[in-house]
Amino acid sequence: MYRRVSILLRKHFVSVLILCASIVIPFSSVKAAADPAKGKAIFQQNCASCHSVTKKLTGPALAGVEDRWPDKKLLHQWVHNSASVLASGDKYANDLFIQFNKTAMTAFPALKDEEIDDILAYIKVAAVPTASTPTPGGETGTAEDKGNDNSLLFGIITLVLAVVALILMQINSNLNKLAGDKEGVATADPVPFYKNKAYIAIGILLLFMVGGYFTINGAVGLGRQKDYMPAQPIFYSHKVHAGINQINCLYCHAGAEKSKHAMIPSENICMNCHKAIKEYSGPELVTAEGKKVNGTEEIAKLYDYVGWDPEAGKYTKPGRPIEWTKIHNLPDHVYFNHSQHVVAGKQQCQTCHGAITEMDEVHQFADLSMGWCINCHRTTKVQFADNNYYSIFEKLHQDIKDKKIDSVTVEMVGGTECQKCHY
Amino acid sequence: MEQKKYWKGLEELHNTDAHQEIVKNEFSEELPFESEGLLNATTPRRDFLKYLGFTTAAAAIAASCETPVRKAIPYVNKPEEITPGVANYYASSYSIDGEYVPLVVKTREGRPIKIEGNTLSSITQGATSARVQGAVLSLYDVARLRFPSISGTETTWAELDKQIGAALAGLGGAPVVLLSSTILSPSTKKVIGEFLAKYSNSRHVVYDAVSYSGMLQANEASYGKKVIPSYHFENAKAIVSLGADFLGTWLNPVEYSKQFAQTRKINAKKPEMSKHFQFESTMSLTGANADERYTHKPSETGAVALALLAAVGGSVTAPALDGRLKEGVAKAAKELKANAGKALVVSGSNDVNVQLIVNAINNIVGANGTTIDFASPSNYRQGIDSDMAKLVSDMNAGSIGAVLVYGVNPAYDYFESQKFVDGLKKVKLSVSFNDRNDETTELCKYVAPDHHFLENWNDVEGRPGYYSFAQPTILPLFKTRAIQDTFLTWAGNTAAWADYLKNEWVSKLGGQEGWDKALQDGIVEPATAPALGGASFSGDVAGAAAKINSAKKGGKYELVLYEKVAIGNGKLSNNPWLQEMPDPITRATWDNYACVSNTLAKTFSTQLGDDYEINAEKKVLKIKTNGKEIVLPLLIVPGIHPEVIAIAVGYGRGEKVGRAAAGIGKNAYPLVSYNGQTFDYFAIDATVEATGEKYPLGLTQTHNSYEGRPIVKETTLEEFIKNPKEVNEDRLELKKFGPDFRKDGTLYPNYSYPGIKWGMSIDLNTCFGCGACTIACQAENNVSVVGKEEVVKAHEMHWIRIDRYFSGDENNPEVVFQPMLCQHCDNAPCENVCPVGATNHSSEGINQMAYNRCIGTRYCANNCPYKVRRLNWRDWNGADSFENNLYDVADMNDNLTRMVLNPDVVVRSRGVMEKCSFCVQRLQEAKLDAKKAGHPLKDGAAKTACQQACGADAIVFGNINDKNSEIYKIRNEMQTERLYYVLEETHVLPSISYLAKIRNKDAAPKAEKEPAHKEEAHHA
Repeated sequence: MYRRVSILLRKHFVSVLILCASIVIPFSSVKAAADPAKGKAIFQQNCASCHSVTKKLTGPALAGVEDRWPDKKLLHQWVHNSASVLASGDKYANDLFIQFNKTAMTAFPALKDEEIDDILAYIKVAAVPTASTPTPGGETGTAEDKGNDNSLLFGIITLVLAVVALILMQINSNLNKLAGDKEGVATADPVPFYKNKAYIAIGILLLFMVGGYFTINGAVGLGRQKDYMPAQPIFYSHKVHAGINQINCLYCHAGAEKSKHAMIPSENICMNCHKAIKEYSGPELVTAEGKKVNGTEEIAKLYDYVGWDPEAGKYTKPGRPIEWTKIHNLPDHVYFNHSQHVVAGKQQCQTCHGAITEMDEVHQFADLSMGWCINCHRTTKVQFADNNYYSIFEKLHQDIKDKKIDSVTVEMVGGTECQKCHY
Repeated sequence: MEQKKYWKGLEELHNTDAHQEIVKNEFSEELPFESEGLLNATTPRRDFLKYLGFTTAAAAIAASCETPVRKAIPYVNKPEEITPGVANYYASSYSIDGEYVPLVVKTREGRPIKIEGNTLSSITQGATSARVQGAVLSLYDVARLRFPSISGTETTWAELDKQIGAALAGLGGAPVVLLSSTILSPSTKKVIGEFLAKYSNSRHVVYDAVSYSGMLQANEASYGKKVIPSYHFENAKAIVSLGADFLGTWLNPVEYSKQFAQTRKINAKKPEMSKHFQFESTMSLTGANADERYTHKPSETGAVALALLAAVGGSVTAPALDGRLKEGVAKAAKELKANAGKALVVSGSNDVNVQLIVNAINNIVGANGTTIDFASPSNYRQGIDSDMAKLVSDMNAGSIGAVLVYGVNPAYDYFESQKFVDGLKKVKLSVSFNDRNDETTELCKYVAPDHHFLENWNDVEGRPGYYSFAQPTILPLFKTRAIQDTFLTWAGNTAAWADYLKNEWVSKLGGQEGWDKALQDGIVEPATAPALGGASFSGDVAGAAAKINSAKKGGKYELVLYEKVAIGNGKLSNNPWLQEMPDPITRATWDNYACVSNTLAKTFSTQLGDDYEINAEKKVLKIKTNGKEIVLPLLIVPGIHPEVIAIAVGYGRGEKVGRAAAGIGKNAYPLVSYNGQTFDYFAIDATVEATGEKYPLGLTQTHNSYEGRPIVKETTLEEFIKNPKEVNEDRLELKKFGPDFRKDGTLYPNYSYPGIKWGMSIDLNTCFGCGACTIACQAENNVSVVGKEEVVKAHEMHWIRIDRYFSGDENNPEVVFQPMLCQHCDNAPCENVCPVGATNHSSEGINQMAYNRCIGTRYCANNCPYKVRRLNWRDWNGADSFENNLYDVADMNDNLTRMVLNPDVVVRSRGVMEKCSFCVQRLQEAKLDAKKAGHPLKDGAAKTACQQACGADAIVFGNINDKNSEIYKIRNEMQTERLYYVLEETHVLPSISYLAKIRNKDAAPKAEKEPAHKEEAHHA
């Protein structure tokens, strides 16, 4: 037996060796050779504004760049300081320079050779088209609460009990009648329950209460648009921008720090990135109705609005504004200031707008009712100790010192008074 | 101290039956049912139920319609300096008709919405007037001309330039005349010069609708300088005004209010103030603020001046004057002499001789170089009347080739307008640059409308070396063109006006940086103010005196023409805000009228009729003088000379100047006359007769009654020095409740105001009643315009009104102005009675009004002791759900006009109560800025609109919990003696304190006769 094994081992020694090597070698070579992951980071930081791996932007597409350059050393030198290569009279470099309208490449003297190799490794990896979709980053969706709603059960129990009560009452009246008959007391025939005035009164009362409840709820809810999710002129995905690509909300909604309006970004803000990003390659986009969306076409819509010709790389016609459908509408008699909440109150956008980084299409997360505002103002704490503005509230500071209260809510500094929002 | 009796009008003084009736029924109001049928229907209950059912169903359907889909449309390319929702401020300048007011203009999303004064200017120091505040509305005037036109048909600028170029070339040497009002812009004048230099014999005629030619000419005769000096009221201890309304309409009232106020600020530590005498024929705003006031007929103007000159030691003989006047002249002269070197005499007369005598007086009392500055004079008025008269006769002679009309309207305001119109027809080329199709523009073949000043670049030179700049605050709304561009084009200069102006100033200021700073500051002034300079007087006093003495004596009645504080000379009359602003003295809106004394009014009626005071319908008078006549309703103004009728100019505009001004009042300019040298704004012989007709006037004076309560406190300077506390003696009575009236005067718990507690103080001594605050508030808070008909029904909406009270002699009463606005009571009577909690108190002491909760019961208004709550009786703003309810009499709801609305303040719908909010939007913004910066709110960071507009700094506002704030210091350190609260004894705990008025006079004048009845008759 032992022998057989040894023979087998011997027989397969080569393949085992290869197997082991194939496990070990990549590991060891990772340490020594270029790291595409590192390279990606460096690429995005330094190169992506002018280069794409697969497309021609300001600079050439970088796929196969190592093969095109005669010498890796020269390539390193080019990245460090392209002017010196040009000056050396290298033919390939000079041809390239002329081909790209004599736009000089930015010099990166600080990049180490290893780092450049990392980039090159990344380019190699990225040049191979992959089928797998990148997994979206960020938080996971909120767990949906199901089965916690007991109202149906309670309803059934109530209904059963009501029927039982009804039967018992009928029995009671029948027994009374029987007892009466037995004792020779004449009793009137029982009135059928649908003619019984007490039942009718109870029925009307019930109807009135239930009807009133729904009418009032409906009336209060008039004009509220929770979950409002209109189709927009461009399928703009917050999930792609703010979620996957982690763009700071305030990059586009710059007004949120300065103004009452968060501001829908002007088109020139879009073009800061989309001059370079012409194609969509993220996860598949699907509308709420289940229709597939071609992201690249949506980017093309932006180009059409703004009048940009991606081929020529310049603006060719005057831009038109995009008429977005406003989702979060407050009534005219409400004054709301974003900067108050973002800067002074240090609130996250998600507090009111929900998991925006998860939304392909934005919907209204909160009902934006006055009760909702007030509830938040009652429970949210102001930056009482950190913001010197509140130093004038001497009594509250004393109360904190005296441990009468541990924090100060918006309400305690007048945040639920009428003329904080209505004027 | 005995409580003076104050009255809003003669009806209150005499407590007529109708007055008692109106006081009794102050809060009841006829329901505005249009059909009587409803109430008289045979089955009103059923009908009522039907209407109820229908309206409920209609409202339900209207309310449950689908929520509208709204769009959010961003910029394609956002301008760097604009953040939607954040205001930008640009420096600018108001220089219409020679007034000089440097400004800061607030713009939101690229549209100007509010005008403030520029505090960097040493001349106006941030002051504004009602007209300046209202100028922003004129920008959005729907009656503005929107394109260039030839004979009334729209054309292009290129075509217009071509045709006018050809017309100018074809004049054959006939002179080209530019006819304008006073222009303060040096660069504009340079451009005009370039243009006129191309044509031989061409000239620039300056024509001021209300002229100061007499003053300019008198100064030339007295000092050899045809200028108006700069006045320094702040240096004057004794001021005598001979009919000059320097706080209301004279020259540059904004500047003088600021200066004059400095001499009227007083506290017990420094009990000093100027003494101001006023001699006048009518009751002007300045007269109402005078310490001593005397009336005379306009024909006596010269005599008063002469008498004053004689009394201060001039070598003239004093003409005879009646007893009281004589006494007044002697008093004034004594005061002037006692304050030699700190005295000032000004005159509103346009007569060269009178002004020359005034110069002589000023020379004797040492005003030159101390209160009058000839070293840096004022450029405010430059028109010479004889130039205009000559132009009109030249035009009629057919010797003028072209008349270019810029900013003037002689077809309306020239005294012989028909002669001007006839002359204009004989001119080959007529061009108007005016902003609207006014009376003159209508007659011009070519119309080349100029930009509004808020759309244009400009530089303005108020005094030599004192510049203020204007820059566009909005792109031109219409196809207008800056007049400077027009002239540059016609002069063949290819430079654009913006570049032209910039180049001028870049070279003057030594670089782009200097120009940028000039635009940012809005002003360029000498680093150190030049010393005041006098001038040597060499006028022919004897000659002037002789001419005055030989002047014709007046007839039975005399006539005075005056400018109203709000409307002025009438150029800005198509401004609904200004039309609806109650006149400071008469409290009338939307009209001009014949102001007469009670004595004169009695001659048209056997007794003082209620129709004069209570009812809107007034008797109509026909007034004739110099062969002209004017028909106007009569209005009794206490304090006007008994033989004088005063009429305001600026009304009776043509149909095309805009909906607000058209057909309002009558044009009084035809009553002006020309004495061969200057225009006379009076007539010395007029006849008056009643036509038997009646005409309604929108008066606000009788809308509220203070019911004899002590709400104004005043004393004289003498008594104040003797016993500063006396004026507030009655406050001592509150001590009986305990040491702290706030806590001890009530059973209820005292609320604390932990953070900020807002408070305001209003100084009755420096409130001159000019109304700038009223218009500023209207602009800031989207206060509605209601129109005359509704004013008659007491439905005006102003959040801050300036109550005017008379006291004393009904023929020469004392006047007090008391700004009245929501007092933000800490124990507010309005809050307790609101059934829906729509009005309640904030932790900062603001009496809050939640419009959307209000159901319009008016309980609050009826329970407000200050009567400051205003109900929206109709839908003034289109804010209702139902579209056709809109009631708009003045084009205030055009999409263009609505651009003036402040986006931070909602417009209120029908059936909603509103009132002063202490400009809560500004307070919130100031607090937010402090929060974002992380520091406590600084004093002065939050200003109310009224406070900011006030030229006299009568209003101080701030956080009374902040011991370093000005308001705290006023209340607790500076003004404890004068400080009082209106109706304090009712324990409503108002947040607004007033400072008692102090008159610099010997004693209160005794009433000539006792009022017909006593105080107790008043509304028991």
